[in-house]
Amino acid sequence: MKGTNLGEFEEIVLLTIAALMEEAYSVAICDEIEKVTGRKVKLSVVHAVLNRLSEKGYVQSELGAPTKERGGRRKRFFYVTHAGKVALTKSKEQRDQLWSLIPSFNLKFT
Amino acid sequence: MESYPKFQPKIYLKNKKTIPPKWADRFLEWYCKPSLFEDLQGDLYEHFYRHIEDKGIRKAKLIFVLNVFKFFKPYTVKKLNFLNQLTQFIMFKNYFKTSFRSIARNKLFSFINVFGLAVSMSVCLLMITLLTEVKSYEKFHTDASDIYRVTNLYQYLEEEPNLFASTSIIAGKRIKEEIAGVEAATIMRRNFAGDFENDNQKFALRGIWADESFFDVFSFEVIYGDKDQALANPKSLVITEETALKIFNQLNVVGETLLKGDEPYQVTAVVKTPPFNSHIKFEVIGSFSTLDQAQMQRNATGWLSWQNMWMNYTYFKVADGQSIKNIQAALDKISIDQNSREKYTSIQLGAQPILKIMTGPQMSNSLGMNMGSETLWILGILSFVVILSAGFNYTNLSIARSLRRAKEVGIRKVVGAKRGQIFSQFTVEACIISIFSLILAYGGFLLIKPLFLSLNPEMSRMLQLKLEPITIIYFVLFAILVGFAAGLLPSLVLSKLKAIQVLKTTSNTKLFSSVSLRKALIVIQFTLTLGFIISANVAYNQFKYSVNFDKGFNGENIITIGLAGNDPEQVKTLFERIPEVEQISMAAMVLGTGERWGDDLKYNDPLDSTTIYYSSVDQNYIPMLKHNLIAGSNFLRTPTSDNESEIIVNETLLKRFNIGTPQEAIGEQVLVGSNKLTIIGVVEDFHYAPINEPIESFGFRQNLEDIQLLNLKVNSTNLVGTMDKLRAAWEGFDEVHPFESRFHSEHIARAYDTYELMFTIVTFLAFVSISIACLGLLGMGVYTAETRMKEISIRKVLGASESSLIQLLVKGFMYLLLIAAVLAIPATYYLFDSIILADQANRISIGFNEMGLGVLFIFCIGFLTISSQVWKAARANPSSTLRSE
Repeated sequence: MKGTNLGEFEEIVLLTIAALMEEAYSVAICDEIEKVTGRKVKLSVVHAVLNRLSEKGYVQSELGAPTKERGGRRKRFFYVTHAGKVALTKSKEQRDQLWSLIPSFNLKFT
Repeated sequence: MESYPKFQPKIYLKNKKTIPPKWADRFLEWYCKPSLFEDLQGDLYEHFYRHIEDKGIRKAKLIFVLNVFKFFKPYTVKKLNFLNQLTQFIMFKNYFKTSFRSIARNKLFSFINVFGLAVSMSVCLLMITLLTEVKSYEKFHTDASDIYRVTNLYQYLEEEPNLFASTSIIAGKRIKEEIAGVEAATIMRRNFAGDFENDNQKFALRGIWADESFFDVFSFEVIYGDKDQALANPKSLVITEETALKIFNQLNVVGETLLKGDEPYQVTAVVKTPPFNSHIKFEVIGSFSTLDQAQMQRNATGWLSWQNMWMNYTYFKVADGQSIKNIQAALDKISIDQNSREKYTSIQLGAQPILKIMTGPQMSNSLGMNMGSETLWILGILSFVVILSAGFNYTNLSIARSLRRAKEVGIRKVVGAKRGQIFSQFTVEACIISIFSLILAYGGFLLIKPLFLSLNPEMSRMLQLKLEPITIIYFVLFAILVGFAAGLLPSLVLSKLKAIQVLKTTSNTKLFSSVSLRKALIVIQFTLTLGFIISANVAYNQFKYSVNFDKGFNGENIITIGLAGNDPEQVKTLFERIPEVEQISMAAMVLGTGERWGDDLKYNDPLDSTTIYYSSVDQNYIPMLKHNLIAGSNFLRTPTSDNESEIIVNETLLKRFNIGTPQEAIGEQVLVGSNKLTIIGVVEDFHYAPINEPIESFGFRQNLEDIQLLNLKVNSTNLVGTMDKLRAAWEGFDEVHPFESRFHSEHIARAYDTYELMFTIVTFLAFVSISIACLGLLGMGVYTAETRMKEISIRKVLGASESSLIQLLVKGFMYLLLIAAVLAIPATYYLFDSIILADQANRISIGFNEMGLGVLFIFCIGFLTISSQVWKAARANPSSTLRSE
């Protein structure tokens, strides 16, 4: 098992899965990330990240019903596991902690 | 989530054009883990359809393919099944065992396969050896790839340019002086030959002239003497080991002197005899400076002429790090400079790698022999065709026989064999057969090798066909390749079988849908065979036609005797004493064989010159060879060495210079080389060159130095006895040179030996391919008779006659032969009519005799082969076949 800390892109993917809830499959995840962050996302990259996340145990997946739009192939839907939720919360807490340390005047745009 | 899915899957799904590239899809399926495959493919499809909408079909396909490759990552790729590989390996022993058993069980079929493959493989082995040997030519020179020969592309006015291997001396000298990228260049000249005298003993030696850089360019090994200085001084001589032993009976003979005529030559070095695979061969090398100094002192204008390119050669070596492109550019510059001073001719210098000489295009005036890429290609293609035919036999018979192996395949599959394993099993079997054949083929190769070498005297001088270790490796690789190729289709067919189908149905004839494929193979086989037969026939007829063609003169019953440098008058008196000799004439050469000498000829306009080909003859020659003198008179005297003044020309020359009618031409003066000659007679145009070449300007002259042979008209009933008398007279006169005599007609026939050679080779291959094709046909006949035995018996019981049964079974095969004939006849006709014989000036027209006979022959043989088997089946007693059901 690789290290359990979340990478930046991994975190985004994990958050997207959580946000998409029941509809989280690879193409949809791709589209959502593109929509929210505005950056171009390669399908193969997302796939690789999903694979890594499930190796780390942060997501689990199951196959849905076959759909016509995919030439009769089934989608693989992802959802965040307990460990995934813990990891997300942990990373958010770490950030919040860091945010709270910043004196407000330091972030004023001048 | 209203925004997903974004697109509407329209009719795209059904439309063939809008599906992703199939091969990429298959590739994905091949490498992807089954657990990941479905949704991965689904994602890709979804993306694909989306891209069609906004990027167009082509871009979408491209992206799909790119994505398939992008997904090729460690986590998606299947794990290699090592266990599987191991089983495959262990199973090989079993494959061998079953293969041997099946080969032993079907003796007839195995024989047909092994024999057919062996015969054609022996031809291919010969080709492989030949190719390896030809490729080894010139490799012994150090940095052989840097050595080039200077070629000349000679063009007169707008005439067709000719490529020459020779070049001018001035070109060689300028290359030496002007081109910086050349490490060394050597000028050579051919025909350094003559009698060399040592202690009053004469030895006839042949060789070349070469200058002092000879050993800088080439790597002929010098045993004694200084290789840098050996050819520097005039009258120096480099001799080979063999020559040294012959003359002096020892090797270290540097410093010895040999007399050539009255001139003493000093031996300055002894070299190893040039290896077999060198196109430059010599017994002796004379220093080029001998000639150069003499000519320069005489201030001869012709010597350094840009057009003096018929006898000399230049080879050069490119310096390290220099590119041949720059040198070619420099050569172009020299050509442009020199051509600007010429009015009618242009000569383009070129550079040909020495390694390509043997396989390169045929060039005029070549120093050594060359095989020519054309010949190699033709031989290669022919042997490929022969091996193809034998391979077809294997494929055909194996597929036909595979019915019997179907159960075996079924059981193997049930036990757990994968498709690939079945495939490798049958491929191994094919390879075993081809290895067997290789052993037989090797015997065949040893058998046909001496035959091939003796086909043509040139062949044995050019090739040895010695076996090198590397050739043996090529042989084995070749056999495996043949086995694999021949076994490919049967293995595919058999490995595709489904276990359930094979084991469930008792009659599995329907499983094999490759009947049309087998038919196609037979048709191809016979088309090729017919092509061979027709070609052999055409080549033979063309040879006969050429030899018997009316050439405008007649050399029947004339014996030609080479003078070997002796005085013609002396030899003439020698033979005149023999009573059977009716008349003797002198000549420079036998015309009509392709040998020819040329010189420049000018008429009134000093700037307009043409090449005139000529022979020197005496006054008896023209009547003796029955040339038709249409105007003027014959020569009145024998040739002399000086004050030559007369010439007899042909009609073409008159036309070339518009001299008028033959009568008007008498008394006109022409300048040949530097001799002013008066036209005293005109002969009708005749073929002084082989008949496939057009007739150009020709003249008979009377230069004594040119005379090299005597023509003897003999009136005798006992030719052998007369020959012996002639020989005895010669041997009493000249002890050094062998007696060289031949019939005039023999000389002529030799000029057309390419046709004869073609005929022999093609006939042999035709024979091979007929035997192979008929073996195949025999196999198919046996098979058909076997599988339709029951049908035949039932038909017979119901009252069919034997002849109608034969007709029933033979019809199908004869039909195939007919298709083959329909394909082969026009194809071969086109090949000869438009390609091979197209540029020949005089050729046969191809008619029924050339085409039809061979076809008829094949039909008869095919019919006999098939009907022999069918007849046996038709004669069988129905009760014996039908009883056991």
